[in-house]
Amino acid sequence: MASVQVQVETVEHLIEVRGLQKHYQSGDTQVSAIKEMDFFIDDGEFVTIMGQSGSGKSTLLSIMGGLNHPSAGEMLVDTLDLYRLSSEQRADFRSEYIGIIFQSFQLIPYLTVRENVKMPMAITGISAKKQDEMAVAVLERVGLSDKMDRLPDQLSGGEQERVAIARAIVNNPPILLADEPTGNLDSETSEEIMKLLQELNRDGQTVIMVTHNPDTSRYSKRIITVRDGRCTVGACAA
Amino acid sequence: MKLYNISFNNLRRRQGKMVFLVMGLFIGIATIVTLLSITDSMSRDIEDRLDQFGANIVMVPKSDNLSLSYGGISVGGVSYESTDFDEASIQKIFEIENSKNLGAVVPKILGSAEVSGRKVLLMGTVFEDELNLKTWWQYEGQLPMAGEIMVGSAAAATLELSLNQEVPIGSQTFKVGAVLHPTGGPEDNIIVGNLAEMQQVLGKVGRISMVEISAFCRGCPISDMVLQIAAQFPEGKVTALKQAVMSKMQSIEMFKSFSYGIAVLVVFIGSLLVFVTMMGSVNERTREIGIFRAIGFRRGHVMQIILLEAMVVGLVGGLLGYLGGNGAAWAVMPLVLKDGAFAGINTTLGVVSILLAVTLSLLASLYPALKASRLDPSEALRAL
Repeated sequence: MASVQVQVETVEHLIEVRGLQKHYQSGDTQVSAIKEMDFFIDDGEFVTIMGQSGSGKSTLLSIMGGLNHPSAGEMLVDTLDLYRLSSEQRADFRSEYIGIIFQSFQLIPYLTVRENVKMPMAITGISAKKQDEMAVAVLERVGLSDKMDRLPDQLSGGEQERVAIARAIVNNPPILLADEPTGNLDSETSEEIMKLLQELNRDGQTVIMVTHNPDTSRYSKRIITVRDGRCTVGACAA
Repeated sequence: MKLYNISFNNLRRRQGKMVFLVMGLFIGIATIVTLLSITDSMSRDIEDRLDQFGANIVMVPKSDNLSLSYGGISVGGVSYESTDFDEASIQKIFEIENSKNLGAVVPKILGSAEVSGRKVLLMGTVFEDELNLKTWWQYEGQLPMAGEIMVGSAAAATLELSLNQEVPIGSQTFKVGAVLHPTGGPEDNIIVGNLAEMQQVLGKVGRISMVEISAFCRGCPISDMVLQIAAQFPEGKVTALKQAVMSKMQSIEMFKSFSYGIAVLVVFIGSLLVFVTMMGSVNERTREIGIFRAIGFRRGHVMQIILLEAMVVGLVGGLLGYLGGNGAAWAVMPLVLKDGAFAGINTTLGVVSILLAVTLSLLASLYPALKASRLDPSEALRAL
């Protein structure tokens, strides 16, 4: 976890969001996706960021993942001021700190389940044997050990989501970001997936999930509600 | 899992795209190889034919007189009567640096004599060598032996000579062993005999009027050879008969230039095709590249994946194009040139064409790869 060049900040929490703003230009008008946000997340938390469509929650998640430069404010993770890093350093940060579960799975169609899961390790120095062991272990954990050599389009939506989760956690990243992880799934499968995330959190994984579905938010320990680019009253407090 | 696994799996499992890219390069490289192979084969073939085309270097004694003949009309001043070479010295020709490039060396004696009351040009030569040089000579009768002569068609008609007829020339009598078919050349008007016998008839024993040399071969430095022979014979005037050779070579050069022109055009179109396909492929993969970047791949990693794919496509396209091009040249050659044979596999061309395909593929992919690596991951994913 130490290969990313860090700028040491005095931080008390795993993640600190300070005075965060994100504006972008849409034609002649300036849109404020995030007007002002301040909050923190501690190690081992399961936090749901909830809000309606267009409330700025997905933008917030992408900024937390080091994928989207904020217009103002600071985003501190561990001891890193994320947006003072170069774009390549942020790539290293993502590789070491973040596991992302995308809304529509985002699996690579020409790689098998096993290869998709091993993909984050392609840029690490982990040996092929160790990679295989790690991938098999994590696929067993998400219940896909019998479908490791299938291609993504040979799996159901729920199974693809599990592959996406396995890929996100295979490197053992300290932070797991999930963008509407049940958005494309039926209620039964959604529950299975949420239980899996809860289980991961119980094992010590910090989970930050974005959703608009109140049903899924009950699995988390804390909810940050976002409306019009701000936290609702009291929502950002721990 | 390494980055190359991603590239190989993409190529392996998206064969349609791979086939399209390889086809683009295949057509380009195959066209170039076909054109160059055919040009090379034609050039070799024509040069081989020119090898048998006759003398291309002529050595005559130096003369202060200017030639007084033009287009077959002579108005006197016959310079060859003035001086000549010593027959023994002719061997010095074989001492030149490029002696291995010498084909036939045919010394001759020339002079005039009276036959049947008319002045005729006599030429003494070694028949076997002369006929090797003048492959277009055709004649009736047999190759003249000792005491026999060969008569040019016009001379035979004018002097009313026919096969096996006895002809007194000077103090000797010769039998007409062969009559030349008309060639349109100076030999139509002359009588050709054995060198030693003609030297005797003309009273020039051991003397040589001129030497015709055939030295055409692939890459023969004709002008160097002329200088080398001239250095051996300061008393001689050595001239390269460039005209015929040059005009043939010019045709080949023109065809070569044409082939190179087409090749450049094909390379240009081929690279454009690869570029457009690669661009399309990268655009199609925008989301995928976003995933790579989102899970922590650096720009260099993304470029490695795309460029490795391009390299494999280039290698396969280049190799297949080279084999296909050779096959096409082999099949087409007999149609292009009657009796023309395929010059054979050129390994240098193989290496060059494969390198060219790989370079083209890499160059055409460089911009798309750079563009891909610079994609903003959140922009690429849109979902996040």
